[in-house]
Amino acid sequence: MSNIIETVTPAPTPEAAFMRALKSFALLRESTPGMVGAFLVLFWVIVAILAPLIAPFDPLATLQPMAKPGTVYSMGGTFWLGTDHLGRDILSRIIYGSQTVLFYAPLATLCAYTLGILMGLAAGYHLGWWDIVLSRISDIILSFPVLVLYIIIIATIGSSGINIIIAITFASAPGIMRIVRGLVLDLRNRDYVAAAQTRGESALYIMLVEILPNARGPLIVDACLRLGYVIITIGVLGFLGLGLPPPDPDWGGMINETRKMAMIFPHMTIFPVIAISSLILGFNLLADGLREVSLRD
Amino acid sequence: MLIMISKRIGFMVLTMLVVSILLFLLLEYSPGNVAVKVLGPYSSEEARQLWLERHGYFEPLWWRYGSWLGNFINGEFGDSVRFRVPVSEVLWPRLWNTAILGFWTFAIMIPLSLILGVLAGMREGSRLDRIISVGSIITTSVPEFASTVLLSAIFVFGLKWLPGTSSMTSGFEVKQMILPVMVLIIYDFGYVARMTRASMAEVMTTHYIRTAILKGLPYRQVIMKHALRNALIAPFTVIMLQINWLLSGVIVVEFFFAYKGFGALLLEASLNQDIFVIEACAMVAVFVAVASQTIADIGYTYLNPRIRFT
Repeated sequence: MSNIIETVTPAPTPEAAFMRALKSFALLRESTPGMVGAFLVLFWVIVAILAPLIAPFDPLATLQPMAKPGTVYSMGGTFWLGTDHLGRDILSRIIYGSQTVLFYAPLATLCAYTLGILMGLAAGYHLGWWDIVLSRISDIILSFPVLVLYIIIIATIGSSGINIIIAITFASAPGIMRIVRGLVLDLRNRDYVAAAQTRGESALYIMLVEILPNARGPLIVDACLRLGYVIITIGVLGFLGLGLPPPDPDWGGMINETRKMAMIFPHMTIFPVIAISSLILGFNLLADGLREVSLRD
Repeated sequence: MLIMISKRIGFMVLTMLVVSILLFLLLEYSPGNVAVKVLGPYSSEEARQLWLERHGYFEPLWWRYGSWLGNFINGEFGDSVRFRVPVSEVLWPRLWNTAILGFWTFAIMIPLSLILGVLAGMREGSRLDRIISVGSIITTSVPEFASTVLLSAIFVFGLKWLPGTSSMTSGFEVKQMILPVMVLIIYDFGYVARMTRASMAEVMTTHYIRTAILKGLPYRQVIMKHALRNALIAPFTVIMLQINWLLSGVIVVEFFFAYKGFGALLLEASLNQDIFVIEACAMVAVFVAVASQTIADIGYTYLNPRIRFT
């Protein structure tokens, strides 16, 4: 009997798991696109954190309408990227807009992951009815064209920060569930799961402590990609007029408000476009780099 | 094969039914809200009650759903609140316009992404491969609403080559199609190209390709005759799934360029709470998406003998 217990491979401890995650981030140095992505993401995170310090103006204050980039403000200061149709400084709005997007996107992704992981663990570990019901539900939600789903949800429950998070959670959880389910199907027959079952651990404990930490690799890569999609979604909703209510700075909303004036004042639209594209590109490159690195070892 | 096809079609019907129930509950669960949406927020209480009475909203919920579904299957979607005409009169021409847009997008995007994907996957890790891979990540990272703005800044305001709106008010114009199609291609081709590349790269490592190269066949013949046939099975599914993506993409593009298509109709209807149009559009969108997935599944099984004969 003792023989069997000795041959059981122990589940990696949290510390070891953390060290491995750290190592794969360190390995990222070897992937140029991954480094560029990490740099872009880090850049915007720092901008968001330091927003009150580096923004030259109040993002909501109306100062001087339709100033070209580089105009010097009569009350002091320079509009480095110009101002919009209401006279708000575009650079400050972009800087504060990074706070908005980096608050809502990770939060919505986190909510979607919590729900998706729970669904995936339940379906993959219990199988049977759990699996059939949860898989069918997610098949049906996934058969919607994504934006159609968002528009219907937002049009029905109204557009606000919380509703956007609800809509994103509802629409993305099934995709995450599928990935988690696939990973769990592979992990549930491992020795350490059997050992935990023999010890008499509860199903919830086994799912969360034994299986989930070992499924994290592909999930981290997917989370980076999904963050990119969520940022696109928040941007698109803002662009279509279904996003966060004005006047709070939101990149998608900025593009929508000023796009009709892009002919005369291209600066109003171009800079938010560059901002949002660079952040999405950052997450996509980071995901690509992480995948490349994780495939190597 | 027959069993598989009927299973898939059965699942498709089931999905449509569940979606219709969800949609019905979401939009028509409370008759009071429906009356407000149809008659407007300033209508009198009596007018609402009369309208509800006349349209059978006091029947039990399941009965209402049944008759709603019956009408739906017969193509009677109700009247549009905003256009004051039956929904089908608005819906079909709009859907046709979007089909034209989708056709041109696919006609250009598919050959382009397949060629780029095959070129990249043929020699994995080569300079061409890296350029195509990174390029496709970049184009996929610029969301459609951003590239509409960028491209119209370049081609409409900068070079003044193309018109900035595609409303087609004076008949069909090819010039007005160029920008919308371009935006959709730029956003979508990267994904198909990367899938093709991955599939091609995998095929290139198989034994039969090595054998073909070792027995001295010209490289061109190895690619055309041996690799392509197997490498293009996986992208087929991805291409069919692109129809689902395209339905999202057209909403943004049609909205920006004021193109009178299906996506713009759905968006307008949602913004104006035009509920019968929302219902019809959503059902059509889901139908197109589910039907393309079903075709993809059946086609994949047919194309891949390893699945077909087991």
